[in-house]
Amino acid sequence: MKLIIFAGPPTCGKTTVIRQVIRRMLKKGHKPAYLKIDVLYADEDKIISEEFGIPAKKLYSGELCPDHCNVVVMDEAVEWAEKSGSDFLFVETAGLCLRCSPYIENSLGVVVLEATSGMNLPYKIGPMLTLADIAVITKIDLISQAEREVFRYRVIEAAKEITVVESNALYGIGIDPIVKHIERSGEIEQPMFLRGNPPVGTCTICVGKKEIGAKNHFGVLRTMEHDLFYIGE
Amino acid sequence: MDIQSICVMGGTGKTGEPEKVERFELNMGDIISIVGPTGCGKTTLINDIELFANRNTPSNRLVMINGEPISEDFTFDPRKHPIALISQHTNFLSDLPVGEFLKIHAKVRGGDNPEQMIGETLEFANQLTGEAIITTTGMTELSGGQTRSLLIADAVIIGNSPIILLDEIENAGIHRSRALELLKQFKKIFVFVTHDPHIALLSDYRIIMKNGSMEKLICTNPAERKVAGELGKIDNLMLNFRTYIRSGQEISEKMMAEQMETLKLTN
Ligand SMILES: Nc1ncnc2c1ncn2[C@@H]1O[C@H](COP(=O)(O)OP(=O)(O)OP(=O)(O)O)[C@@H](O)[C@H]1O
Ligand SMILES: Nc1nc2c(ncn2[C@@H]2O[C@H](COP(=O)(O)OP(=O)(O)O)[C@@H](O)[C@H]2O)c(=O)[nH]1
Ligand SMILES: [Mg+2]
Ligand SMILES: [Mg+2]
Ligand SMILES: [Zn+2]
Repeated sequence: MKLIIFAGPPTCGKTTVIRQVIRRMLKKGHKPAYLKIDVLYADEDKIISEEFGIPAKKLYSGELCPDHCNVVVMDEAVEWAEKSGSDFLFVETAGLCLRCSPYIENSLGVVVLEATSGMNLPYKIGPMLTLADIAVITKIDLISQAEREVFRYRVIEAAKEITVVESNALYGIGIDPIVKHIERSGEIEQPMFLRGNPPVGTCTICVGKKEIGAKNHFGVLRTMEHDLFYIGE
Repeated sequence: MDIQSICVMGGTGKTGEPEKVERFELNMGDIISIVGPTGCGKTTLINDIELFANRNTPSNRLVMINGEPISEDFTFDPRKHPIALISQHTNFLSDLPVGEFLKIHAKVRGGDNPEQMIGETLEFANQLTGEAIITTTGMTELSGGQTRSLLIADAVIIGNSPIILLDEIENAGIHRSRALELLKQFKKIFVFVTHDPHIALLSDYRIIMKNGSMEKLICTNPAERKVAGELGKIDNLMLNFRTYIRSGQEISEKMMAEQMETLKLTN
């Protein structure tokens, strides 16, 4: 199983990029599954399953930080994708938490940034960018070439090692290199660990427990099946 | 990479039919125009060139450099990107002051003297605008004309690429004959997307687009070159009147007579 985690601020183009990627993956004979994690509302699972007929699911994090939600359910999500016969699991996160990062060791972390979002964005979003493997810059059709070059520079300034891909996701331009990276990415290893260090805080994840799966945590939790519950004293 | 020529191989139009123009070539020093009604795919064609389309864009075109296609994950060293594209955008979205933006762009493009490049860029741009651009102004605050002028100047001076693609520079009220004069001092490949007959007839050849497709390629003949000269005069007449009106003068019949006299149209 290969795990591909897409993060990025709302409306930056994550779903549009993922749809373009899935279309190409299916043509190449791969079997992708899709999971959307959002706070209050999402309809991407329906859009994706109707368009491609692949296993697709959504999960509301509700009171949890969506990246926290990501951490506690990902082991089950991988199991679900395996059971449904998939070989790639695409996870689209809500991309709202600027303290956490949703990426997992041995997964491919893709951050999506819109070129129209202002020159300081790369410095504002912290680990969502700096811990990603690939930065996809979308909506390049809406800005000038000069601005594209400057925005790209700012992204690389903020995350030196990152691979940058520029895309007009509406027309599928710049998607092929992303597909290549996804195909080349490695298999996940169990047990899974969160990449990077979680922020200092009071919940189990915030104090640095990186093990994936609700069974390894206490406090406010949830699973794929059950809504929020509490384990502890 | 040293570019001698660029070759564009036709793909398909909006309805999927193969393009009538099967290929065209750009060599150093060429000036060409792309013409056709709004929405016919002119911008799409120059975007294909800028992206080095490899049958991977909606038009299925293939762009080759020195006779070779460019593989899809090849990325140019941004300092040496051979193509500068001046897009149709009439506003910037970058929330940076002009000076800082140009400084970063000069750095990206590897200029060894950014301060001088910024000075030259502004000087170039300010020859095309009405009101001068000031370095402390926010990019987003520039007017449509100032934006286009800065885009052109930035592409030529800071971008300094051998191939320059310009999308409808006649729009947004900049001084276009002045722009043409300034541009022609640089020996480069120029591709103009244009609705302006003067610019189209000044080119070596023009591509006529329809329904997303390259329909026809016409090399400018000697008679057309003559006509281009005359059209240039008419252009200047219009520009002179624009200057009178902008500067608050009242127009008299005498002004018109004088202007007609200097026109000396051959017909
Ligand atoms: N060969 C093609 N195949 C498929 N779609 C195309 C093709 N050429 C153009 N289109 C589509 O047609 C639309 C209009 O194209 P474009 O913006 O390039 O027109 P234009 O000639 O630049 O118009 P304008 O004069 O208004 O700037 C776009 O949505 C574009 O994607
Ligand atoms: N012009 C343009 N629009 C885009 C591009 N990518 C996405 N969009 C549009 O941006 C909006 C939000 O995209 P979506 O994929 O839903 O964003 P998400 O919230 O990150 O999943 C939609 O209207 C898309 O059509 C792009 O490259 N260019
Ligand atoms: Mg989405
Ligand atoms: Mg256009
Ligand atoms: Zn968080």
